[in-house]
Amino acid sequence: MYLFNDYTITRNLYFYLFYFNRQILRKPMKFNVKFDFNTICKKVLCQQLDDMNLDYSLNGIGEVNLKQSPNAVQMQKITENLAKFGIEVISDQQTALVQRIKDAVTLIVNGDEEAQKYNVSNYLSEKLDYSYTHLSNVFSEVTHMSIENFVILKKIDVAKNLIIEHNLTLTEIAFKLNYSSVAHLSTQFKKTTGLTPSTFQKIIKKRNDKVVPQD
Amino acid sequence: MALNSLNIALADDDEDDRFLFKDAIEEIKIKTKLSLFTNGKELMDYLILPNVILPEVIFLDLNMPIKNGMQCLKEIRENPKLIDLSVAIYSTSSSEKDIEETFVNGANIYINKPNTFKELKAAIEKVLQLNWQYQTSALNRDNFLLRI
Repeated sequence: MYLFNDYTITRNLYFYLFYFNRQILRKPMKFNVKFDFNTICKKVLCQQLDDMNLDYSLNGIGEVNLKQSPNAVQMQKITENLAKFGIEVISDQQTALVQRIKDAVTLIVNGDEEAQKYNVSNYLSEKLDYSYTHLSNVFSEVTHMSIENFVILKKIDVAKNLIIEHNLTLTEIAFKLNYSSVAHLSTQFKKTTGLTPSTFQKIIKKRNDKVVPQD
Repeated sequence: MALNSLNIALADDDEDDRFLFKDAIEEIKIKTKLSLFTNGKELMDYLILPNVILPEVIFLDLNMPIKNGMQCLKEIRENPKLIDLSVAIYSTSSSEKDIEETFVNGANIYINKPNTFKELKAAIEKVLQLNWQYQTSALNRDNFLLRI
């Protein structure tokens, strides 16, 4: 007599798989997401402007052109609505210029093809239509940091994300961010953060492990 | 984002250290408003007051009576209202274990108390400059670690 024919074995197997899967689904899980800030900001901005029925066009880097200039009450409303999303309408010319410099630096660091063809100073003065000396003076006056140092800070920020989220090696990151050598990236990392890339990685890993909920 | 000045808090039980810190920060070009506290409990009581203007950066001595720097750090990181604060540990200890432990518990900056006034000024200036950028630029605050 056969106790287990093919049919019962298969059935039992399905039974197990079913319960096993349900067990997995019930466990808490954690996943990471990566943001593309440019896209998110643009989407939110357009949505808000559309909602207010404004006739507008976006001027590349952080500039909105309105077809009809709004009255004071309308402008107040635009400012309030955008503020809810952390978008600030900049009224002060210098601050506005600094913001445009920062946005252009972000493009350079993120490897925008057009930006790669020039060096930083030429690219900025071309794109923003001011002499580099002027840009550089305004930037340090408003932010207490030189443009050069800001570029380094921004690059290291990208390097940190690549180390943590993509597990890239320093060699790969150095190539991606246009460093002449791994040593150069490594020195700049240490100088900017006071930590070696590997110590940095170790600390962030430990910190993330700490906040995972315990079952 | 426009920013006119940074609000800074320092908790340190040593009077001389508080005095030096105040002198140093006043000599730096970046505009600041400094609040001083003599221990961790005083600082934490202040931070949870209703309608308080929160500092952007807090400098914490590790060894203080009543409530030490590590306890403050943990309380700050557990409070969702205080999520945006940058915490700088300001301590004489240079043990790697202390440094790692504070970072893992959510500190952003670790400063070994410098020996000269000039070095102290340079260290504070670097911290303020970086914080200014973290307040005003799209930088990832989760990865903000600095050791001086």
